[in-house]
Amino acid sequence: MQFLIDNFALFRDAFLTTLSLSLLAGVLALVLGTLLAALRVSPVAPLRGLATFYVETFRNTPLTVVFFFMIFGLPQIDFVIGFFPGAVLSVGLYTAAFVAEAVRSGINAVSAGQAEASRAIGLTFGQTLREVVLPQAFRTVVPPLGNVWIAMIKNTSIAAGFSVSELSSLLPRLVNANAGDLLTVLLGVVVGYMLITLPSAYVVHRLERRVAILR
Amino acid sequence: MRITRYAATLAALGLALAGCSSNAGNQAQDTSAQSTSAVETNVSFAPGTTMAKLHDAGTITVGTKIDQPGFGLLNPRTKVPEGFDVEIAKIVAGKLGIAPESIKWTETVSANRESFIQNGQVDYVVATYTINDARKQLVDFAGPYYEAGQDIMVANGNPLKIESPDDLAGKNVCSVEGSTPAQNIRDHYPQAKLTLFDVYSKCADALDNGQVDAVTTDNVILTGLVAGSPDKRELVGKPFTQEPYGIGLKKGDTEFRNFINDVLEESFTDGSWAAAWDRTAGKITGQKAPEPPQVNRY
Repeated sequence: MQFLIDNFALFRDAFLTTLSLSLLAGVLALVLGTLLAALRVSPVAPLRGLATFYVETFRNTPLTVVFFFMIFGLPQIDFVIGFFPGAVLSVGLYTAAFVAEAVRSGINAVSAGQAEASRAIGLTFGQTLREVVLPQAFRTVVPPLGNVWIAMIKNTSIAAGFSVSELSSLLPRLVNANAGDLLTVLLGVVVGYMLITLPSAYVVHRLERRVAILR
Repeated sequence: MRITRYAATLAALGLALAGCSSNAGNQAQDTSAQSTSAVETNVSFAPGTTMAKLHDAGTITVGTKIDQPGFGLLNPRTKVPEGFDVEIAKIVAGKLGIAPESIKWTETVSANRESFIQNGQVDYVVATYTINDARKQLVDFAGPYYEAGQDIMVANGNPLKIESPDDLAGKNVCSVEGSTPAQNIRDHYPQAKLTLFDVYSKCADALDNGQVDAVTTDNVILTGLVAGSPDKRELVGKPFTQEPYGIGLKKGDTEFRNFINDVLEESFTDGSWAAAWDRTAGKITGQKAPEPPQVNRY
């Protein structure tokens, strides 16, 4: 316990880094993922192809490889990006592919009659998606999006290998200096992640019950 | 049609990644064949000792690094690490009557060496392992078998004129999280901005890319990295700490420690130590084997 108190500042900074990395990457993933889902159901074939290409590329590439590409690959073509922004981009771009698939499943769950009716009263494709389909789609995909979000928070730990001092990076750092306190360090790190994931799970659960559609 | 399209993309990504791996691996050849540490065929040990156990098993698990040219670097062709640490480990194993082919190599990084020893995942660790008091609480050290010092590596030509650790103030300095050099910078040169990866090869890549201004760790590790890419990197060459490298083993196993110490002292005098140096690290630095250090039976 004393050990955790002594290193409180370190744990706090690392926790805040993980939190801000998660939030920034989460927003990026949600926005980009929704856009990609819209493209995947678009009537324009090249846009559909583009979105499919994106989703399949990122969904089938290990996150570590995405990180490597972002941090060490891009500088080779003279495009140097900071370590933290690089981590946000890596996690965000990667997770967007999963968000896109979750949202697309939600769009598919909205009955075709809804979209047909919207078109029949003269709404454009964009309006149909925005005003009618997506609001209903999001309601059905709260649980899968919650899963993606929690998985993403844990995925941010890969940033530790790429010079972002987030929670997991405390493990090698503190264990090296205080190898006897291995379990305490582990406990502190796990608690740090749970401080983000457990409230997230609770919020997702509440949200799910509030917006659920009874069909 | 679809499949070809995806395959082409993946191939393109693979090519881009292949371009950014460190050059350090390029000089991994040559050292494997003439590894000549003698294997004792006729040895016996008092029953119950670790030596007897290992000798009877005929195999041993050794922890080493696999990304440090000159000390422990995995040869991608043979899938076996090569370097000075590896040779030292072979000398010790040889005295136990275990042939180099019967050694199982396990990668240990700076942060997991103590736990690997404590949990018995390795029988001993030879991995540029600095002996210090905090570590002595958890594991026992034989040796030292080499004395290194912390140094600085900069981009070729030293554009920022970094001559000593004091010049690192305000600069981006790269090291490995959980290593002694990183902690030393934190403790004594807090104005340096630390960039911390999990392995040194990433630091070298970051230096080449201009993402960091300097890399700091033990001089021998840096020498290997410079040798991998001498047109891009340069060693400052003024060590500012003393890092005695020891062989880590399970705490309390004094018999085994004394045995390893005896083996090391023997290798200092019979020339096998110097030969191991010339075959590995010496090839990279181009320097003759230094004076062997004094074994510390604390």
